[in-house]
Amino acid sequence: MAEAAFPASSARPRRRLTLRRVFASRVVSIALYAIIIWLIFRTARTGAEAMGYNWQWYRVPQYFLRRTEGGYELGELVTGLGASLLLSSVAFLLALIVGLAVALLRLSDLVVGKAVARVFLEIVRNMPLLVLLYVFYYVGGPIFGFDRYTASVLCLGVFHGALVSEIFRAGINSVGRGQWEAAKSIGMTRGQSYRYIILPQSIRFMLPPLTGEAVNMIKSSAIVSVIAVAELTTAGRNIISDTYMSFEIWFTVALVYLVVTLCLSVFVSRLEQRHAVKT
Amino acid sequence: MTARPIIEIRGLGKFYDGFEALKNINLDVHSGERIVICGPSGSGKSTLIRCINRLEEHTSGELVVDGIELGEDTKDIRAVRQEVGMVFQQFNLFPHLTVLENLTIGPVRVRKIAKAEAEARARKYLERVHIPEQADKYPAQLSGGQQQRVAIARSLCMEPRIMLFDEPTSALDPEMINEVLDVMVELAGTGMTMIVVTHEMGFARKVADRMVFMERGEIVEVAPPDVFFTAPKSERCRAFLDQILEH
Repeated sequence: MAEAAFPASSARPRRRLTLRRVFASRVVSIALYAIIIWLIFRTARTGAEAMGYNWQWYRVPQYFLRRTEGGYELGELVTGLGASLLLSSVAFLLALIVGLAVALLRLSDLVVGKAVARVFLEIVRNMPLLVLLYVFYYVGGPIFGFDRYTASVLCLGVFHGALVSEIFRAGINSVGRGQWEAAKSIGMTRGQSYRYIILPQSIRFMLPPLTGEAVNMIKSSAIVSVIAVAELTTAGRNIISDTYMSFEIWFTVALVYLVVTLCLSVFVSRLEQRHAVKT
Repeated sequence: MTARPIIEIRGLGKFYDGFEALKNINLDVHSGERIVICGPSGSGKSTLIRCINRLEEHTSGELVVDGIELGEDTKDIRAVRQEVGMVFQQFNLFPHLTVLENLTIGPVRVRKIAKAEAEARARKYLERVHIPEQADKYPAQLSGGQQQRVAIARSLCMEPRIMLFDEPTSALDPEMINEVLDVMVELAGTGMTMIVVTHEMGFARKVADRMVFMERGEIVEVAPPDVFFTAPKSERCRAFLDQILEH
């Protein structure tokens, strides 16, 4: 890249190899990553050997798919992943609704509405997710009769709704004032202006951060394992309590989360590219 | 004049945090009249016409548009806005919609007319502004002059009784100014009530029934164009005209 800036003159002397440029080159950085990962694995391995850990990787595949007399059966990790994705999707949908409502309240002219939105945001943003979950389950449960699953969905939806509302607010504010004026000047109500003019334009700005939030949602959904909601992390814990293969299973679970969130990121960046070409 | 003026402005004033943008404005506009407002920048011309469709709220005085007094009632304001088209300096087209959709969204969503009818109307007005072939493009694919003509057509599709123009050619490259002014001259020929804020004095001479000169938030002079351009009464107006007509 640096050379490309001075393409024509071959007479130019080669630039000095500084430490900075060596680290910036792709070969070096890949090598560095490889070394770091190898070190981690080696440490884990030697550490495990030192404590006499018995690796049983061959027993892991059955938790993805296993053969029974009737045919094939999905393992706990796969059904757990399915449950995690379902939980995250439902909670994300709720987060979108909560986020939009809070963002619109904050941008409204209503003094009370603005205050309510601010208080909600401050409370949710300044509370640990785990505490919020306990509040929903141990307080909301007895009072409102939430079961584990409802409490989890509500907790995740509210927590991420607060973050999503900031994304919505920034996206809405990124649409220029002229668009509002044009919508008003043809007689649109505030609601019509949002629906037909402002929100469709702000989606372009909101898509990248919303993806990040969806990834965060999948990751934080793991926390509901503390109240034993059936999902990927809970499945991992259950398998370990049966088999004591904690190293293999946690490595596997981590890898499954990684693959899912990476796939999501790639999918959305594709979507964005297609969206960008249109306008 | 026997009929009631379509716009009545009485003692209108506007304060923006400590700054008096409009002072005691009095002006009646009759149906079919073409008014051109000029004056130095910061004189309140834009603020005045933005009060007429209440993009700005006046702080004192009285403003009656098409028989409706503009106040706090948002229903009334929307009713007025449907009758008052506005063309902006920066066009303000909806970038996520095609030209045709830009023209139909108001009639369909606000006036609630059928989509097919709205499209027929849109094509009629695109014809009027001489760009029927651009219907399926997005605003960003058009030149500035074409975008401004789409903006004019968008306002006309609401079939308003009054058209406001807020410096419609100020953001355009010089070679595109005339295509927009031509459309506006043709529109004036149809009998539309127009209030135009502009520095295009050639256009003003051609279409204006009355010229309004503003300075520091006040109307300094109102006169028919032949008087206004040859024998302005006020010293300030003469100085302004000397400056912009010099070249």
